[in-house]
Amino acid sequence: MTVESVFPRLEALLPHVQKPIQYVGGELNSTVKDWDACDVRWALMYPDAYEVGLPNQGVMILYEVLNEREGVLAERTYSVWPDLEALMREHRVPQFTVDAHRPVKAFDVFGLSFSTELGYTNMLTALDLAGIPLEAADRTIDDPIVLAGGHAAFNPEPIADFIDCAVVGDGEQAVLDITEIIRAWKAEGRPGGRDELLLRLARTGGVYVPKFYDVEYLPDGRIGRVVPNAPGVPWRVSKHTVMDLDEWPYPKQPLVPLAETVHERMSVEIFRGCTRGCRFCQAGMITRPVRERSITGIGEMVERGLKATGFEEVGLLSLSSADHTEIGEIAKGLADRYTDDKIGLSLPSTRVDAFNIDLANELTRNGRRSGLTFAPEGGSERIRKVINKMVSEEDLIRTVAAAYGNGWRQVKLYFMVGLPTETDEDVLQIAEMAKNVIQKGREVTGQNDIRCTVSIGGFVPKPHTPFQWSPQLSAEATDARLGKLRDAIRNDRKYGKNIGFRYHDGKPGIVEGLLSRGDRRTGKIIRAVYEDGGRFDGWREHFSYDRWMRAAEKGLAGTGVDVEWYTTRERAYEEVLPWDHLDSGLDKDWLWEDWQDALEEVEVDDCRWTPCFDCGVCPQMDTQIQIGPTGVKLLPLTVVK
Amino acid sequence: MQRIRLRYTKRGRLRFTSHRDFQRAFERALRRSAVPMAYSAGFTPHPKVSYANAAPTGVGSEAEYLEIGLADVRDPEALRAQLDESLPDGLDIIDAVEVRTPNFVERLEASLWEVRLPGVSEQQAAHAIELFLAAESVEVERQTKNGLRVFDARGAVASLTLVPSQVDVAPVGEYSATSDVRTGDGCAILRLVVRHATPAVRPDDVLSGLRSTADLAPPVPAEVTRLAQGPLDEETGTVTDPLALDRAAAQAVPSETAEPQAVASA
Ligand code: B12
Ligand code: SF4
Repeated sequence: MTVESVFPRLEALLPHVQKPIQYVGGELNSTVKDWDACDVRWALMYPDAYEVGLPNQGVMILYEVLNEREGVLAERTYSVWPDLEALMREHRVPQFTVDAHRPVKAFDVFGLSFSTELGYTNMLTALDLAGIPLEAADRTIDDPIVLAGGHAAFNPEPIADFIDCAVVGDGEQAVLDITEIIRAWKAEGRPGGRDELLLRLARTGGVYVPKFYDVEYLPDGRIGRVVPNAPGVPWRVSKHTVMDLDEWPYPKQPLVPLAETVHERMSVEIFRGCTRGCRFCQAGMITRPVRERSITGIGEMVERGLKATGFEEVGLLSLSSADHTEIGEIAKGLADRYTDDKIGLSLPSTRVDAFNIDLANELTRNGRRSGLTFAPEGGSERIRKVINKMVSEEDLIRTVAAAYGNGWRQVKLYFMVGLPTETDEDVLQIAEMAKNVIQKGREVTGQNDIRCTVSIGGFVPKPHTPFQWSPQLSAEATDARLGKLRDAIRNDRKYGKNIGFRYHDGKPGIVEGLLSRGDRRTGKIIRAVYEDGGRFDGWREHFSYDRWMRAAEKGLAGTGVDVEWYTTRERAYEEVLPWDHLDSGLDKDWLWEDWQDALEEVEVDDCRWTPCFDCGVCPQMDTQIQIGPTGVKLLPLTVVK
Repeated sequence: MQRIRLRYTKRGRLRFTSHRDFQRAFERALRRSAVPMAYSAGFTPHPKVSYANAAPTGVGSEAEYLEIGLADVRDPEALRAQLDESLPDGLDIIDAVEVRTPNFVERLEASLWEVRLPGVSEQQAAHAIELFLAAESVEVERQTKNGLRVFDARGAVASLTLVPSQVDVAPVGEYSATSDVRTGDGCAILRLVVRHATPAVRPDDVLSGLRSTADLAPPVPAEVTRLAQGPLDEETGTVTDPLALDRAAAQAVPSETAEPQAVASA
């Protein structure tokens, strides 16, 4: 059965919407395969606006990995803005892919990538526009399998009603394995219908199918236990880990959009995982162990990617890029290679301790030297011990001094507010740190126009981290603490004018917290928010706290639990957490010990350069650390004229 | 420095490319195909590219123009093919000449537009055209960044005709019109020549004019394509090739010996 393009119908709507180019596809390096020549077809979605979703590496990688396979096709779809959504509903145009404008409902799998929980309502919009029933229980053999992946999928319980399955961890091999299972099932004539397929997926132990698990609750509202309800379905579902990144040099042909996006550069993931052990960082905990791409592998990806895209900037991406064992050589080698081509280099985040000025100089050799960003995360030495962010104020000041000495004039510092055990004192230290930075800058440069911007986000406890048991600070308390800090900065005569202060109020953090540590009961809230018009919750102008709170009241009625129960409540050791049956490899007892160490302000080292501290991942997942140095250097490329 | 003038298109679905989007895509294509660009001086050097009179977003075009400055001498046709290859289908580079004459932008006196009106019959269209052309002036409104503007849409119109349906209209000259436009019954097709004046009168202004003079209200959005822009032959009302002068000069004096004249960039 050939599927028709909805483009002719969509085209008539496009003159009436903002930025129509985002809906037409045709990106450089995009792929359109023959529908009938393929037997397994994936629609991949990043459930946010095109400008945010297109540059997402996760989707780009899976899109390419799948399309490279014979007989397999993958297309992309993104959230449409409310202006187009209204027109699509009016003219009955379904959710479509941007590649060949095929209706999402026609695909075998509808895979969604969740890097943040705030995309959940957008998933419901897309399902509804696609004509796919919102709840998995209502779907038939004609509907795609709705599959969630990405970091937020490590606790898929809040969306358990809406997805058919979830995959945790790296997707490259997992999507290929799933493809084979679907292919075999289709070739056999789809025996046993949808349930049989889901059962086959669940039995691999690497695909979580919520319907095959029953959740039992205790009278006080906590979870009693989570039990598999079908034969052969494992008690726990494991995460996937891709070893040897050099064997997976994706994306090889990065997509280059015509529309402007949030990330206008070519990215190369230089390693995966991070074992610094910052206790608030879910990404660091769930992506262990560290697996480096080699310096030569990186060099090849950059070369091929630049040729394929024409981008002017290369982002060396990872959770803590300055930690690559050969980052200095990589930066120098690339800067040497591309001096004449005016290619800029960038790192997404820089740790204060791993940072050194030589590296910064290398990175900016072909570009400007404007601002440097550091993330001490905690204002006081004490709180940095709690979160295991091992950086002393002296380190920071020393680094900053060197930066100013080398021509930088702006420093931006990232912090969190609402960390476990935090007091007003800890947060007020942020002002002191900013003053010291400016003071040092003035001293080194002999100039007065030194700026320091302080940017503050609210801490949200995340599953699979030592802080998964921690209470979250309420929105009111967060705002009060931020207010005190703001006053401390504003009232400072000597430095106040040179300190920029950026922060978010506490309310969105509470909703994120609710969704992060929610369970299946939270799904009712998501649905109620969607039905009440909730869309694009990651966007300030669309987010409504009141809508979420109204929906929570409705959705949680009769359960005996409320928003505070999910957010500001501290959990005890014995409590069954909603995500305990999703195995990130981390030993729960190790996490608990790390939580206790946090409360006692005890730090833990990085297992890359100190002995293994038994977090559990490597033995549980049969993985190991893969790091350099290789000692190899990047040679200049010969230019053939 | 060698300068080259290029003619490019915005066809099919890529007509939704905004001018900014096109600029980014073009500059990336220059990098991909390693064109030896001349760069502007200054702190953040930019490749030397100047764009002339771009069509609005959502409007197709067979005749957009730009000019680039090269650090090395290149054969215009080879360069054209290389850049065309490097751009997505629909953004096609279809002509290239070496710059030999100044004042290119002034030469773009008028545009020839094709306006397809699905759902509008030829009789309706013919009637509306008649009323529009009969009017001395036709006031229309347009929302601009600086608020609502009211201006005359009639004066700049050099000609407005209905394309008779029996004639095969799809291929225009040697270029085919937008690839994925819908045709079929009840689709009036207009040809419109508009002088480039200030304020600029665009096809949608003329459509507003048709609505105000003759109540012509197309049920679906019109599909508009610029077929040509260039010097206006007032006698015949046709728009001619703006690259003709450069082409002729290049034929007279081949590239190696020619001393390209300096041109004020647009
Ligand atoms: C570049 C980047 C950005 C860019 C680009 C975002 C984008 N569109 O991709 C920008 C600056 C815009 C950005 C914004 C934000 N980011 Co960001 N970002 C990153 C960064 C540095 C790289 C992301 C990346 O490309 N990773 C590599 C890819 C390959 O990994 P991946 O996407 O997880 O995909 C793999 C698997 O998860 C899986 N998978 C993914 N999707 C799917 C789907 C299916 C069906 C399957 C089977 C598998 C699967 O397969 C993939 C391949 O193995 C990461 C840190 C990091 N290194 O991951 C942070 C990170 C993802 N960002 C984060 C956050 C918090 C944000 C913001 C919310 C920040 C904010 N407060 O505004 C916003 C959210 C924007 C949004 N609405 O999505 C956090 C996420 C926290 C968490 N849950 O762990 C991270 C981990 C940083 C951190 N340490 O805190 N970000
Ligand atoms: S198991 Fe040991 S070596 Fe592996 S990531 Fe955990 S602490 Fe590091």
